[in-house]
Amino acid sequence: MSDLLFDAPGPRARRRIRIATVVGTVVILGLLALAVRQFAAAGQLDPERWQPYATWPMWRYLLGGLWSTVLAAVVAAALAMAAGLALALGRLSRCRWVRLPAAAYIEAVRTIPALLLVYVVLFALPRYGVDLPLFWKLVVPLAVSNAAAFAGVFRAGILSVDKGQGEAGLAVGLTHGQTMRMIVLPQAARRVLPSIVSQSVGLLKDTSLGFVVSYAELLYSGKVLAAYNGLLIQTYIVVALVYLAINGSLSKLARVLETRTQETRAAAADRSRRSTARA
Amino acid sequence: MSVLLDHLPEFWEGLVVTLQLTAASFAGAAVLGLVVTSMRVSPVAVLRGIGTAYVETFQNLPLLVLLVLAVFGLPEIGIKADLLVTAVVVIAVYEAAYIAEALRSGVNAVSAGQGEAARALGLTFGQSLRHVVLPQALRTVIQPLGNVFIALTMNTSLAAAVGVVDLTAAANRVNLIEAQPIPIFVGAGLAYALVAACVGLVTGRLERRLVTAG
Repeated sequence: MSDLLFDAPGPRARRRIRIATVVGTVVILGLLALAVRQFAAAGQLDPERWQPYATWPMWRYLLGGLWSTVLAAVVAAALAMAAGLALALGRLSRCRWVRLPAAAYIEAVRTIPALLLVYVVLFALPRYGVDLPLFWKLVVPLAVSNAAAFAGVFRAGILSVDKGQGEAGLAVGLTHGQTMRMIVLPQAARRVLPSIVSQSVGLLKDTSLGFVVSYAELLYSGKVLAAYNGLLIQTYIVVALVYLAINGSLSKLARVLETRTQETRAAAADRSRRSTARA
Repeated sequence: MSVLLDHLPEFWEGLVVTLQLTAASFAGAAVLGLVVTSMRVSPVAVLRGIGTAYVETFQNLPLLVLLVLAVFGLPEIGIKADLLVTAVVVIAVYEAAYIAEALRSGVNAVSAGQGEAARALGLTFGQSLRHVVLPQALRTVIQPLGNVFIALTMNTSLAAAVGVVDLTAAANRVNLIEAQPIPIFVGAGLAYALVAACVGLVTGRLERRLVTAG
C-alpha cells in the first residue's frame, strides 16, 4: 500500500524522483562515511580487533549464550501463553468475580516495567525466603509481564470469531465451555498465530534483561566476553547482529503467516460469494 | 509506608528523571517517526527502502542492547556524551520505529480517494501528506500512539540498567538501604501506573474530541 500517495510519475516527477534518489543516497553514504571515519580514528576498525570473531571459540561461547536465550524465551513464552489464555477467557467470562480480577491483572501489569518486576524477584523475594534459581529469576518476571500481552492477543482473536459461530454452537446444544473449546478457540487460534509470533519477538528481546540478572544469555555472554577480550564495541555489535538475524527471521515468519491467513480468508469469502451467487 | 516518606527526595528525583526521559524521548521519537513514515510512503524507492530498513532494524533489536552499545561503546570511539542525553537519544531512535509503524497503519487506513483527490487538485506529495492524509491518519492512530507512549514510559526504566538514576533505580537504591521491598516496589509500581493512567486519560479525551470534530 506504499504507493498510496503518488500516481505514475510524468517526466517532471521522474526528474524530481531522480534528484531525491541521488540526495538520499548521498546523505546515507555521508552518514556511513562519517561513522566509519570515527570508528577508524579510534582504531576500532583494525583487523586484529575483528579477527577473533572469525574464530570458532568466540562463536562457541556466544552460541552457548544464544542457546540460553532461546531456552529462557521458550519457557517464558509457554508459561505466558498458558496464563494469557486463562486471563483472556477470564476476561470474557460471564461471572463478574472472574472477569474483574482478570481485567485488573491485565491493566496493572501493562503499566509496570519488566525491569521493576526483575528487581522484585532479584531483591524483594529473597527477603521473604523465596530465592529462585538464576534461570527462573529471569523467566518468572518475563512470564508475568508477557502474560498480559498474550491475554490481549488471545482476547482479540476470540472476539474476531464471528458471533454466529458461538450462537450456532449453543443452538445445537453444546455448553458454553464446549462451544469455546470446540468451535471458537480452534478458529481463533489460527487467526492469532501471526500476532503470537510477533509478540514472541518482543519476549525474545526482553530476555536481554538477563544482563541485569547475570543469567548467561546472549547479551550477558557478550558482557562477559567483552570484559575478557577487551573488544567491547566489536562484541556488542556481533551480539546485536545475532539478535537481528533471529528476530528478523521471526518477524518475517509473522508477516508470511499474516498474508497467508488473509489469503485463506479472502479465498473463503470469495467461495461463499460465488456459491450464493449460483444459488 | 514511612519508608516512602523518609526517602521522598530520592523517589521524587527518580520520578523527575523518568518524566524527563519519557517526555524528551517521546518528542524525539515522534519527529523521527514522522520523517520515517513520510519516507516509507514516498515515491522515491531509495527513501522507501531506508525507511523500511530502519523500522525492521529497530523493531528487531532489544532496547537494552542498543543502550549498552551506546553508553559503553560511544566513549570507545571518542564520543563523550552525557549519560542522560545518550539514553534519551537511544530510546527516541528505538521507539521511532514503533511510532512509524503505527503512523503507517494510520496512513493506510485513510481511503485512497483522499490522496487521489488531493493530487487531482494539484497538491504535491508533501502538501497532500501534510494537509490531507496525515491529519486524517493521526485521528485513527491516537490510541495506538498512546500505547506506544505507555510502552516507552515502561522502557525508560531500562536506562536504570546502564546507570541512569530514574524511578526504578531510585527504588532499588532505597531498597538496598532500607530492605523493605514491599512498600518501596509497590510505591514505584504505582507511580508508573499513575503516569500510564494520565497518558490513557489524555489520549482518550484527545480521541473523543478529534473524532467528534471529524
